[in-house]
Order: sequence, then structure tokens, then C-alpha cells
Amino acid sequence: MNAKLLGAVGMFAVAALLAGPAAADKTKIDFWFGNSGDIAKRVQEQCDRFNASQSDYQVVCTSQGSYDASLQNTIAAFRAGQQPTIAQVSDAGTLDIMLSGAYYPANKLMADMGYTVDWSDYFSGIRSYYATSKGDMYSFPFNSSTALLYWNKDAFAKIGKDHAPATWEEAAADFKALKAAGYSCPLGFNISRDEIWQYGEQFLAVHGEPIATKKNGYEGLDAELVFNKGKWVQFIKDLKGWYDNGEAVIKSKETGQTFVEAFAAGDCQVILTSVGDHGNIGRTAKEGMNWGVAMLPVYAGTERKSSFVGGASLWVLAGKSEAEYKAAAAFFNFIAKPEEALTWSTVTGYIPVRQSGYDYLVKNGFYEKAPYAGRELAIKSLTAATTEQGSLPGIRLGGLLQIRQEMSNGLQAIFIKNEDVQASLDEAAARGNQILRKFEQTYQGKTLP
Amino acid sequence: MEKRATFSSTTIGILFALPMLVLIFVFFYWPSGQALFWAFTLEQPWGGGNRWVGFQNFQQLLSDPVYWNSISRSMIFGLGSTAIAMGMALILALFTDRELRGHGAYRSIFVWPYAIAAPALGLAFRFILAPEAGLLSLINQVWPGIWNPALDGNDAMIAVIIAFSWKYIGYNFIFFLSALQSIPRSLIEAAAMDGSGPARRMWDIQLPLLTPTLFFLLVINITESFQDSFGIVDIMTQGGPARATELMVYKIYFDGFKGLDYSGAAAQSIILMVLVILLTFVQFRFIERRVHYK
Repeated sequence: MNAKLLGAVGMFAVAALLAGPAAADKTKIDFWFGNSGDIAKRVQEQCDRFNASQSDYQVVCTSQGSYDASLQNTIAAFRAGQQPTIAQVSDAGTLDIMLSGAYYPANKLMADMGYTVDWSDYFSGIRSYYATSKGDMYSFPFNSSTALLYWNKDAFAKIGKDHAPATWEEAAADFKALKAAGYSCPLGFNISRDEIWQYGEQFLAVHGEPIATKKNGYEGLDAELVFNKGKWVQFIKDLKGWYDNGEAVIKSKETGQTFVEAFAAGDCQVILTSVGDHGNIGRTAKEGMNWGVAMLPVYAGTERKSSFVGGASLWVLAGKSEAEYKAAAAFFNFIAKPEEALTWSTVTGYIPVRQSGYDYLVKNGFYEKAPYAGRELAIKSLTAATTEQGSLPGIRLGGLLQIRQEMSNGLQAIFIKNEDVQASLDEAAARGNQILRKFEQTYQGKTLP
Repeated sequence: MEKRATFSSTTIGILFALPMLVLIFVFFYWPSGQALFWAFTLEQPWGGGNRWVGFQNFQQLLSDPVYWNSISRSMIFGLGSTAIAMGMALILALFTDRELRGHGAYRSIFVWPYAIAAPALGLAFRFILAPEAGLLSLINQVWPGIWNPALDGNDAMIAVIIAFSWKYIGYNFIFFLSALQSIPRSLIEAAAMDGSGPARRMWDIQLPLLTPTLFFLLVINITESFQDSFGIVDIMTQGGPARATELMVYKIYFDGFKGLDYSGAAAQSIILMVLVILLTFVQFRFIERRVHYK
């Protein structure tokens, strides 16, 4: 491990020496991000387009492999004074950096560099997820998604239905009918840390139920988890019921097939997953399979609220030179263009983050074309209701990843060890609250911006 | 009078030792000191400052039954994987040493697993041991539901133990084989002439002469099983299902590197360090007595 690190550092040192004089006339900045695979290539292409579009600045984009690794490397680099100018930070790391003072606020940067940004152009649900409690934008929403329900139209036709379930009551009946029609996996799901997002946070969001007090933590670090007190308890009981009847099946890497793969192969008939998987499923779906997407179901009688945005935002780090900040501002200005939103949404499953970008996509007929049709539902889901109409702004909790782990452990105890639903969720909330209190103590004396 | 070439000045001696001392300080004592300091504070990940909290981090951990469970799981993992890795390696080495057909090839092939990085190994075993699609899914077709590491905690523990032992079999094998080959042939031949069969010779001659190697590998294997297992756990089970494979070192990795709880992770690594030191001490105190070095 150490040897590898040394090697990597050595390589960077050599690369820096070689590249130093050649690009002396351009201001060069680093941009570290966490996406890997195909998305990493798409980010790289976006960087290349920016570099080709002007001659003053050069942005060097480096994938760090994953959100966690990217954040970890950025923090290590920052502490060593070698930080990149722009860093991608996922939803789970937002609060830590917000409290750190290690950044140049996005709104201030753009104003200082002479750009006027219409921050209200961002979709309200996306804006509020990354904004401070006062509504200021400290970072730029970047790759954004939300959860949707994917359904197999052929299977639903067999049970005489031509639309996806809009309520969980309807979904329960559909699962039952699908099972009776001989399908072995009506609902494919998983309860690992990275895959309870759609069943936990998103469920609570569309029902307008809090995950924690103080507006999910926006109004103070002393928030307490309350997900064990509302509709979620009933939902987990229902989900467990479907699981026990064989209508919901756990599909994961560990069992040999993820639920997304199972859906694309036609083995599972309904899944809940990110709109970011839309392109992937389109490419890998079984030949001739008819499928569609819908917004997440809600319980009957519930007024639908906005779902939460998933993904990450871009932060500008403190301690760089004026010229580097100019370059960063130019880069942000470039990726905000509607044309970029169109390219970005075409090549990835991510959604446009601004109204202007979305309008441009609609005007170009993007959502009418076959592989992209349906993705507009993600926007509809994200903007179902404003915060004034009762939607929560997002989640602003310390140690969010560890809290997700506790929720996941609670669910695993329920589904795998048949432990009592209420007791397990209570324990998960209690353990999560310990994490929150420790976080609060770590940042004692700091106020939430 | 006997003539000796010695350095008159200690300064020169220290100068020669200095590069190594600096390396050890930079890569071992400095980080350990940092971890020790963080364990008594609450450290903000971006470096905004830290607060001294005394033993609070330790208190929270040691009063948490879930943490105690992860300690006992680590023990089970350590003992299980050490037993398998050493037992299998010893058997393989004994057979290779008997110069069975193809022993030359085995000698190099058995070492390869150790050269494979833990994540790659984890991926391979995740596929092999997957209950629905993997190679082992065959036994589920014969006895449905008998093997499911995705949903059964015991199966998951067995899976990570197998993957980890598989890697260390190669490592142990080299040591056993070289130790076996340094046993004077005359001893074995003399025993053979006295009429003892291969099994008798292994038990009465080779094994007693192997005890220094056995002891060395025992200490190394136990230590490594406590420290080197997080990569395999992360890829294969992420500590699940329902914490069944949440080993101490995986929790350190998760809390520190993913959860950004530097102080909690530091306190856990101090506890782990103390535990490994204790275990090593116990081994030297009680097992080394039975080792014959000559």
C-alpha cells in the first residue's frame, strides 16, 4: 500500500516536471471526481470540450475511482496543501465540507470573477439539497439523479395492466398477481448500504416524512433521527410481508445477480433504482423486452412530495491563486450552457440540473426519442412539490454514510434474521443518533451555514 | 591476543543505522503516534481543528455490545483462517517435499495466490461462492438453500475465511517447504531404515523439527488475519449480512475512510493494536516454550 502510494506520488512528481514548462502560458487547474467507468469517460469528454473551447485555461480531470476514494484523496491532499482546485463531493460528504471552511463558496466565486449566475434557474429540489439553510449555493450541483420505479410492460400485460402502480396498495396487488401468474421475482430489491437509498430516504421524501428532526438537520446539528416513527415502519412491514410471500426477492452482487441486472434480463418485473440506470438498462435489456419507468409509488391518500436528488456537487477548494479561480469560474460557466446539459443528459442517464437546460432538451425533442423517453419523470418527481408545499429540502446529517449503514444493518436484521421491525428500526435510530451526537460534538462551536 | 575489527566511534554506527531509523519513524512511529493522539480527540476530517476528549472514544466503543461482537468475530475469523491456512499449507508442503510427481511445478504454483491483491481475490471468490450464479450454486441445485452467503451470516463468515486462507496458504507453503528441505536427509533416511513409514516419519521427525517455523507462521498468520482482511470483506460482504462479517479491521476502514470518523477509527486501531500485541505476547509466553530451536 505504501509502496503503491510512493510510486503514485513519484509518477505525479515526474509528470508535473515534464508538463510544467510546456503549459506555462495556460492556467492549469485540477478537477478530481469520483465517477468511474463510462461516466468517467463522459466527464473527461466534457473537460476536453472545455479545453478546446478556449485557450486561456486548461482543466485536468482525474477520476479517483469512487466517491469515497475521491473525497478521501481530496481531504488528504488538502491537509497536505496539494488540493485540486475543483473537487466533486457526494451528498453524504456535503455537511463535512460545508462546516470545514476549506472551500471558496460557489456564489462568491462567480460574483468575484464577474459572472452573473441565475441560481433560481436550478430546480428547487436540487438547489435546496446543496444550498445552505439560508439558501446560498456554496457548490455547483453536477451529476444529478433521483429514484424511479422501473416496470416490465410485458409482464404487466399478462396480469391485464397497462400502467405502473401509483400507490403501494396497487403495487402490493400487482406483486401478488405477478406471483400468481408464475413470475418468480415480482419485485427485486436489496438492502445493502448503497441500495437502501430508494427504499429509505426516497420513500420518506416522496411521503413528506422526516428522516430527522430540525427539517432533516437543516436547522441545526442537534437533529435527531425519527425515521422509526412514521410511515416507514408500515412500509418495511409491508415489504417484509412481500418478501416472506416470495413476491419480493433480494438480488445483489453477493447472490450473483444485482436487481438491475435481474430486471434487464427479465427475471424481476419491478425494481426501484436511480434514473442514472436508465441508459444502462436500455442498453442491456433483453431483446424485445418492453419496459417503462414511473415515479415512486406513495401510499393511498398521501399527497406526493418531491423526491431527493442523488449524486454529487462540485466544490471549489480554498488556498488557490486568483488565476486558478478564474479558470474554475470559466469552467463552471461552460458546463452551465444548455448545449452541455443536452450532451451530458444524452451520454449519461443524469438529468439536467437547471430549468434552462431542461427547456432546451424539451425544445430539441430529447424526451420524445425512444431511449430517453421517460427520463422527464425524474424531473417531475424532483419538482412534485416545493418546500413551501411541504417537501423537505434534503438531508443535512453528519455521518450520513454511517447512518445509512445503521439503517441497512437494521433492515438486514429484519429480513434475514426475522427480528422485530419496530425494535430493529428503533435500534438503528438510536445508534444513528449516537453518530449524530458525536458529529455535533466534533464540530462544537461551529454553526451550520 | 585476538584482533577484532570494530568501530571506535558510536557516531559512525548511528549514522549507518540512521536511514533505516528514519524510515521506521516516518512509516511506523509517526502514523502510530498520530493515531494515538487522534484516539483521544475528536478530529475534524478537513483539518479544521480537534478537541481533546480523553477516553471518551474508548468508552463509547467498549460499552457497545456490537463492538464486542465484532471483537469475538475477529477472533473466530483469526483462529479459523489461521488453522486452515497453516494446516493446508503444511499438508501441501509435506507432499511436495516427498518429491511426488510434478513437485517442481507445485513448488512455484502454490505460491501464486499470495501475489494476488485482496480486492481481485474477493471478486473472484464472490463469483465462485455466489449462491445463484456462481460455481458453488451447483450444490444449491442438489440441496436447495444449503449455501447462501448473501443471506446467511455463518455462510458469509465461512466464505471470507476460505478466501483469506486461500491467499495465505501460498505464503505459509514457502516457509514450510524451505524448513522441510533444511531438515537433514540423513535423519529421515535413518528413520526409514529403522522401518518407519512416511506418516510416522512426518509425525516423529519432520514436525518436531518444524516447530520454529510453525511458531513463526502462527504469530504472523494471527497478526495478518486481524489486519489484512478488510479488502476481502469489503468486496465480498461489506461486513454483512446483518454484521455477520463485520471484523474489527473492516469497521476501522469503514468508519475512518468512508464515514470520515477519524477519531473513532483511530481509537479502534489502538484497541486492535493492543489486542494483537496481547495475542502475540500470549503466544510467546505459552507456546514458544514448546518450540525446540535446535
